[in-house]
This record gives sequence, structure tokens and C-alpha cells, in this order.
Amino acid sequence: MTEVNLGEEIVFWISGGLAVLGALGMILSKKAVHSALWVALTMINLAILYIANSAPFLGMVQVIVYTGAVMMLFLFVLMVVGVDSSDSLIETLKGQRLVSIVLAIGLAILLIAGVGAGLTDVVPVGLEEANGVDGGNVEGIARLLFTDYLIAFEVTSALLITAALGAMVLAHRERWLPRASQAELSRSRFLGAGHPGNLPSSGTYARHNAVDTPALLPDGSPSELSIPGPLVARGDVRPIDHHDVDQIESLGGGTK
Amino acid sequence: MTGSQFGVFGIDPWWLVLLKVLAIFVMLVLLTLFTIWWERRVVSRMQNRIGPNRVGPFGLLQSLMDGFKLALKEEIIPKAAHVGVYWIAPVISATAAFLAFAVIPFGPTVSIFGVETPLQLTDFPVSVLYVLAIASIGIYGIVLAGWSSGSTYPLLGGLRSSAQMISYEIAMGMSFVAVFLYAGSMATSEIVSAQEPIWFAVILLPSFLIYVTSMVGETNRAPFDLPEAEGELVGGFHTEYSSLKFAMFFLAEYINMVTVSALATTLFLGGWLAPWPLSLWESANTGWWPLLWWLAKVQIFIFIFIWLRATLPRLRYDQFMKFGWKVLIPASIIWIMIVAAARVLRNDIDFSNRELLIIGAVVIAVLLVGSWLAQVVIDRRDTARKLALAEFENRTYDPIAGGFPVPPMPGQQAVLTSRRTASPVVQQEAIDG
Repeated sequence: MTEVNLGEEIVFWISGGLAVLGALGMILSKKAVHSALWVALTMINLAILYIANSAPFLGMVQVIVYTGAVMMLFLFVLMVVGVDSSDSLIETLKGQRLVSIVLAIGLAILLIAGVGAGLTDVVPVGLEEANGVDGGNVEGIARLLFTDYLIAFEVTSALLITAALGAMVLAHRERWLPRASQAELSRSRFLGAGHPGNLPSSGTYARHNAVDTPALLPDGSPSELSIPGPLVARGDVRPIDHHDVDQIESLGGGTK
Repeated sequence: MTGSQFGVFGIDPWWLVLLKVLAIFVMLVLLTLFTIWWERRVVSRMQNRIGPNRVGPFGLLQSLMDGFKLALKEEIIPKAAHVGVYWIAPVISATAAFLAFAVIPFGPTVSIFGVETPLQLTDFPVSVLYVLAIASIGIYGIVLAGWSSGSTYPLLGGLRSSAQMISYEIAMGMSFVAVFLYAGSMATSEIVSAQEPIWFAVILLPSFLIYVTSMVGETNRAPFDLPEAEGELVGGFHTEYSSLKFAMFFLAEYINMVTVSALATTLFLGGWLAPWPLSLWESANTGWWPLLWWLAKVQIFIFIFIWLRATLPRLRYDQFMKFGWKVLIPASIIWIMIVAAARVLRNDIDFSNRELLIIGAVVIAVLLVGSWLAQVVIDRRDTARKLALAEFENRTYDPIAGGFPVPPMPGQQAVLTSRRTASPVVQQEAIDG
């Protein structure tokens, strides 16, 4: 095998160690966001190992695509969904466990066979010669991708496009009418659909001052519009304290 | 890295590497202090004020004193914060900001203490991708700051900024493609030397415009500063940060401004190469002079940043996203296709310039006819909308319908003024005209 110099060895032990630490942290973390961060650490360290092995393009793409885009989208979803929501352990797909075991064994065989073959059957020619064919690392990857592995490349891109289309179909909402513009919305509000201006704000009293307290109309009845609909639906609206109403009347000196 | 074209890099003695790192660090910190002062002064001038002018000559030391004050302030950590992540977020942000400068070329080979060395820390075949990679790590700082604060506004700010930076990074990355095609390299030093006769900003103008737009989005600056929209999100992702941790976000924002400006200079404005009238002078591109040209170009971009901030209102979030995904990205894809097709026609199929121009003219003619047809369709749709509008304007008007804004007094009737009675006709004329 080829010689490993001191610098490379130091990089390997630091980055390799951090990558393994990240992998362990990902499994052992209780919070989903922490798991995602550990994966990001592993990815960055893998990228450093690629660069140390004179594959700078692969290393950079690893960071841009996996750390920068894929893990970021994971984080995004975790944050939107909420950090405290726990996973449901009920399986929704029938036979999922069996299929995943079979596929995992298949993948393991594939990986071990591939790496094993790479370690035993292949005679390394050295970086200079491999990169020299096309005048550089990037050029070499480009030539292989667009000639020998073109079909694999196109199939992968078709897979990605299918996934993107699937996401679009899931998130799609059919729009039968053109979207109303701001001016049109405003007009329709003034024509009677909805409230023309801002809704009245909730009640402000000496004892409670919150969104669940309705404001009072001039005749002393609570204003339905001043409390958010979801609170009404949940039955979370605080009833009017008639002591307050009496006080208001005595202050204003008005009669009902 | 081995490879003939990168022979000048990676052979510096250790003390020179250390010196370059230190010089870049000091320069970035000083540039940050200067930019903050410069921004405050320029914005002040544009708003008919004077701006900071008390501390030091022309108030130059104002941002330094502000920095001291910020560092000495009390630090408040919210109870709901996720402590580890809360601590590391500003560190990630500031570190990533500094790292990107490792591959920016400041000038040609010069002699430092008797050693011939390029004015650039390092370079390798994919150094522009390195800048993109570091930028994508920098986003983590902002997103994690938003999440770990344990508060709603920072979380929303963090989510906004991650969505924004990912969206604009796509357009940004695509604007590089045409540059890579023309330079035949992804290394910053080679991209600069590929612009020797003419800058890429001239021959690849659409790429340049797309980059300049997306770099404003990428740095969260006005008019694209939605992650820190004061009116909606208080301070955005850094609402819960104070003292030195806030100062690190501040530092990162200004260094990122300098970084994207430096990258724009490198990729499109010829890096350290002298601009036209100066390039006539024999030794304009030798020695330490190029550092000056580089700095001047970067300062022009920073001035544009400040100018934008002083003049443009902030975009609405949906408008901003629509602009990124439905305008910038398709535009850059089309432009890359045009550039790639033109290069294949020129280099492989041996078309002459004249034939290329004829093809271009035909394409433009087709586009013009197409857009005219589209306009006809849109006009037809607009006529229907105008009719509906006219119907609305012609309805009988009751100013006190529904009791808005004030409930009517018992028995109150609307009094129609002469102007109001006449108005439907007037408005109808306005619609037709």
C-alpha cells in the first residue's frame, strides 16, 4: 500500500474520531435537533477526510449538498414540527420491518463486497496518473459522469425529479379562480364579506388583560369579534365579569 | 495540493502562512469597524443628517468604542435557551465568516521578507466551491441561534433566514457556472487571470446581475433583511442575544458583506487587476498596487449595499421568495443554457461570430413575438377584471352601511354630497381612460 505521511495521519485520527463521535451522538441524542447537528458534524469531518485524500471536489460537494442543503432541510422540518413532539412507534406500513431488514442486509453485502473488491482486486495507479488522464480531479469526475456513467447519472436525476414532483403533488392545492389581489380583497371586505378594518382588540380591564377576554360593546354585551376564533372553538374564552361592567357604568354614569 | 498551476501555493514557510492569516484577520476586523462607520455616515448623508463625528477624526473611532461598550454589557441568557447550542451558534457564525477569506486573491506575487509569494492565503482547484461550502456552514449559526433561544420571534427569524439563504444560494451558485465555463477553472487565482483582457462582468452581464442580487439576499441585508425585520420579528434570530455573543453576529454580518463583495470582485470585476485607464500604466498589475485596486472595487460593492439600505423598503416575504424561485433561478438556468450553447457552437461546431449573431437575432425575434402574444392574452383577461371593477364602482353607495367606522345615530340617513353623486361617472371615465 501507499505511504501515509504524518500530517495525513494526524488529520485522519482527529477527523475520523470526530466523525465517529458525531455518529454516536446522533444515535444517543434525545432531542431530534441535537441528532441532526451530530450528523452535520460527521458530514463535515467526512468532507475533511475526502479533501485530505486529494478529492477536494468531493469534499466541497459533500459540505454544500449534505451539510448545507439536506441537513438544513432536516433541521428546518424539525424546527417547524416542534422539538418536543415524540415519534409515534406504531408502524403504519405493513411488513415494513421485514422489508427494511432484507434491504439493510442487501446494502451491507453490497458495501462489503464493493469495499472488499476495492481493497483486494484493484491495483492502485496513484493520484498523479489517475488525475493526469483528464488534467485534473474535477475534469476526471466530469468525464466519468458524462460518459461511462451517463445512464446511472440520468437515472439518479430522474429519481430526484420524481421525488420533487411527488412533494409538489402532495403540497399542491388546486386553484379554480385567479388569486384575489390586495385591492380586490380590500374591496370585497368593504362590500360586506368580512370586517372592513382591523378587528376590535380584546378587552382591557383592571383585573385581566388578555386575548381571551372579550371587549365590551357600548351596550355592555361582549364583542364576539374581539376574541380569536380558535379560542372560541376551544371554549377558552373568559366570561365577562359583570362587576367590571357595573364599574364601567358607574364610571361613565350611563344607563342601559 | 499538487498540480502544476498551483505550484505557487502551499510552499510558503510556516511563519509566512501565519503572517498572512494574521494579516487577513486584522484586515477583516478593521474593515468591519470601518464599514460600520462608513455605513452610518453614508446613510446619514442620504437622510440629511451628519452621523457619528465625535470620537476620533471624522468619528472614525465610533465603531471601536461601540464595540467596547457592547463587549462590556451585561449578558442575558434566557431560561428557555438550549445552553450548548445557544453558546456555539455565534461562534459558528463568526468563524465561518472569517474562513471564507482564505481563498480570496488580493494581488499578484510579491516579495515578503525576501520570499516570493502570492497575495493570497491559499488556492486549490475548487476554491469557489469552498466559499459556497463555508457560506452554507455559516447559515447554521443563524438557524441554531434562532432555535436555541427558546423563543418565538428568534425561531421564526431563524427559519426565515434558512429558507432565504438556501433559496438564494441556488441562484448564487448558478451565476458562478457561466464564470467557470469561461475561466475553465474553479480556482479563484485562475479566474482572476482569465479576466486579463476583459472582465466577466462585461461579457457575462446577466450572471453578474444575478449574483449581485442574490448576494444581498445571502447576507440578509436590506431590502432582503427579512430574518431581522424589526416590525415583524423584533430582532429576528438574535433577539435573545446580548453582549459579546450579539457582537459576534454583528461582526459576522459585516464580514459576510465584505466576503460576498470580495467574491463579486474576484469573479466578475477582475479581482486585483487594474481597471481600464489605470491598466494602461505598465506596472499597474505588479507589486503591491493591485491591493489598492482590489480594495477600491470591494468598497464600491459595500457602498452599493449601504445605498440599497438607505433607499429601498423591505420586501414582503412571499414577494421575496417568489422573486428568488420564479425569477432569479429560471433566469439563471436560461442564461447558463445560452452561454453553454454559444460556447459549444463557437468551439466545437466552428460557428463564426456572424452566424452566432444571426441565430441570436432569430431567438430574440421569436421571444418578442411570443411576449406580444402573451400580452394580448393578458389584456383580454384584464378587460374582464375592469368590467367587474366598473360594476363595483357603479353600485349605489351607502356610506353608513354596516355601521363602519361609526354606528349611525338612530334615524340617521346618509347625506349625498354633489361630488359623491357625480362620482360614478367620474370613476367610470377614469377606468375607461
